[in-house]
Amino acid sequence: MELFNNLAQGFAVALTLSNLFLAVGGCFLGTIIGSLPGLGPSNGVAILIPLAFTLGLDATEALVLMTSVYYGAMYGGRISSILLNIPGDEPALMTTLDGYPMAKKGRAGDALVLSGVASFVGALLATVGLMLLAPILARIAYLFGPSEYFALYLLAFCTLGGLASRNQAKAALAAMLGLGIAMIGLDNTTGLPRFTYGEMHLMDGVDFLVAIVGLFAVSEVFVFIESHGKNSAIGVTLDKITVPFRDIVRCFPAMLRATGIGFVAGILPGAGASLGSFLAYMAEKSVARDKDSFGTGNPRGVAAPESGNNAAAGGALVPMLTLGVPGSGTTAVLLALLLTLNITPGPLLFEERPEVVWGLIAALLIANFVLLIMNVPMVRLFVTILSVPPGVLLPGIMMVSFAGIYSLSGSAFDLVLMIIFGLLGYLCRKIDVPTVPIILGILLGNKMEDSLRRAMVISDGDWTYLFSSGISVGLWIAAIAGFVAPIFLRPLLKKPAQPGN
Amino acid sequence: MEIRVRKTVFAGALLGGIGIAGSAFAAECIAPANPGGGWDFTCRTIGKIMHDIGAVDKPIQVTNMAGGGGGLAFSHVVNERNDDGELIVAASSATATRLAQNAYGGLMADQVQFLGAIGADPGIIAVAKDSPYMSLTDLLDAVIADPTSVTFAGGSAAGGFDHLKVLMALGRAGFTDVTSVKYIGVDGGADAITQTIGGHTQAMTGDMSEVVGFLAADEIRVIAVFTDERVPGFEQIPTAKEQGIDIVSVNWRGLYVPLGIDEADYDRWSDALAQVAASQEWQDAMVANGLAPFTKVGRDFQDYVNGVIGEIETLSREIGVIQ
Repeated sequence: MELFNNLAQGFAVALTLSNLFLAVGGCFLGTIIGSLPGLGPSNGVAILIPLAFTLGLDATEALVLMTSVYYGAMYGGRISSILLNIPGDEPALMTTLDGYPMAKKGRAGDALVLSGVASFVGALLATVGLMLLAPILARIAYLFGPSEYFALYLLAFCTLGGLASRNQAKAALAAMLGLGIAMIGLDNTTGLPRFTYGEMHLMDGVDFLVAIVGLFAVSEVFVFIESHGKNSAIGVTLDKITVPFRDIVRCFPAMLRATGIGFVAGILPGAGASLGSFLAYMAEKSVARDKDSFGTGNPRGVAAPESGNNAAAGGALVPMLTLGVPGSGTTAVLLALLLTLNITPGPLLFEERPEVVWGLIAALLIANFVLLIMNVPMVRLFVTILSVPPGVLLPGIMMVSFAGIYSLSGSAFDLVLMIIFGLLGYLCRKIDVPTVPIILGILLGNKMEDSLRRAMVISDGDWTYLFSSGISVGLWIAAIAGFVAPIFLRPLLKKPAQPGN
Repeated sequence: MEIRVRKTVFAGALLGGIGIAGSAFAAECIAPANPGGGWDFTCRTIGKIMHDIGAVDKPIQVTNMAGGGGGLAFSHVVNERNDDGELIVAASSATATRLAQNAYGGLMADQVQFLGAIGADPGIIAVAKDSPYMSLTDLLDAVIADPTSVTFAGGSAAGGFDHLKVLMALGRAGFTDVTSVKYIGVDGGADAITQTIGGHTQAMTGDMSEVVGFLAADEIRVIAVFTDERVPGFEQIPTAKEQGIDIVSVNWRGLYVPLGIDEADYDRWSDALAQVAASQEWQDAMVANGLAPFTKVGRDFQDYVNGVIGEIETLSREIGVIQ
């Protein structure tokens, strides 16, 4: 078996004492970085790259450290989503929807353990997928051109309506606001700046992290101040921490479905982890019989996005290694690291540098087990944070947020922008407009617009180009079905709430 | 034992990092982007070699200042560090392009001094392996006959250097209807190749380092390289000049310094940069990173940059990126 030989070779490279130490250290650092609002996997990895240079690590060691940080941050992002209702990074956004209500019900420990296991399942299966199929899967990326990507993003937007079960119009308004914000910056198709008002800081557009931290963390502080510290989302009740075996078993099929969706989204360079976790969540909601319980702390709504985004993180390594195309901000930083280490990713990487590839895969497997072991006992530590009074905890979170956002570009402009987003988030809360669709609008809107404009350039403005391949037609059908079906099916599916819910 | 050593190194590196960040006396190289990119490479590699070969007596500290496509660092240098003789800043063709297109908030190229470039990533045009276009002239003829028949993909936004290269080549072939040329800017050179191999676009415009992996795997055909001579290591790729298209276009890697520094400081830095260019360490680093030799240091380089900026400005006006 060539595969096992390769894997054995990989473990021989990765399982040295110093590499193991780097893996454990990287996982720990990554989890912390991921869980801090304002510090996501991509700037976490970027901040640590100089460290790899300073330590004089060789190629394999540097990769072990950085991928451990990467996977660790993907795991860690869920922690503040669940405990504080503040996503630690953009792929953890969807986890707030059910994770936080679950914590609010006193099941914070359960939610953390369940999402930890879900992350493990997603990341492990994605790593196995990467190992078995990477050279074949890389071909899928060739099939996706602008029209296919446009249809894929359209699918995401068409299911967005299902996100808010209470008031669809407000969710649509929020998504539009996000789309509007996504327009800011340099327009790829004409090379002209839009809505920047000559401000150089706006040329690169609005960073998602600035928007997330502003809308979620800063607005929380405003609400807290307004109510003289009485009305805070923070202040979740605690109970005994046990491993929720029943939930894990019940959510297992959801984890597998979400892993599949997330992995495919990860393989497509134009999609990425955020889209993976979003589609995984929406798919789970649409197949569930108890739709109404999503958004109120349904364990499956916690497991699905976590499996989805971790699987996407693993999937994103496929185009990065085999094509040199980064599928996400973090893989872009990892790619730059590879190039600096004189490793050229490309179709031949698996043949030319097997020690690097298989060492990396072995390191990912090790990191995954380390993270699972680390995350379950550490749950207690994280949940203890909640017993800190909000009056102390919130300023602490603010401090970390400001430092994290400042580290993005080293300019105070982003801080001002973050506070403006905080005011927007406060306003949205007052008039009960959900903030999650705003972020999704910013995240997905940019790429959807770019795909459409590119398609129009290629086809000289011929709209039929958008339906010119089997893949895009299939995605269009799914998108239309996803948009129309709930309108007609909702009255039919309306069933009395299940007993016990 | 190994763990103990690592720990010590780790702690030492952290302390060292804090120490360097806190000191004002060491020379500084600003990389106007996040760690890992081309500008970061320029600062780290050139800075390290300068110290290793003794061209400077203290290690050079690297600061990453990302934002505005290099514009934030540029305005920082012009407005706050104009007389700082201990400062160098990484630059490339992208810096010249953005200056030419007035993308740095009204700041001009003559508000700093371009010190020199000591390596370059050669510009290339590639097509899919099964493409009907066998040479650069085939491709350009097809565009001239029917501009809608070919879409170019590149890693920079419209009006960026990858786009302009194509327009310059077409201009040399006598085609000047620049707005009819179809170009899409995607997220990086590798993405542009993926789109081209997938058949969504007909040709890819980018740099040599971006296509090396695909070239080795025989997935693409590079039909022209925009250098004077064929590139060492890639002798099978014909230059555009050989095919009758008189264009040389490379993505150079170099440095600029503030305008208001002493003549002595300028000479000291250009001397140090020339020493790096001549060193074996730099030759090795170039080979490892797919760079071709391209050494222009001092006032010559300033003239070269001015010439490039002039040409880009004219072209950008024609395609409507600037008014």
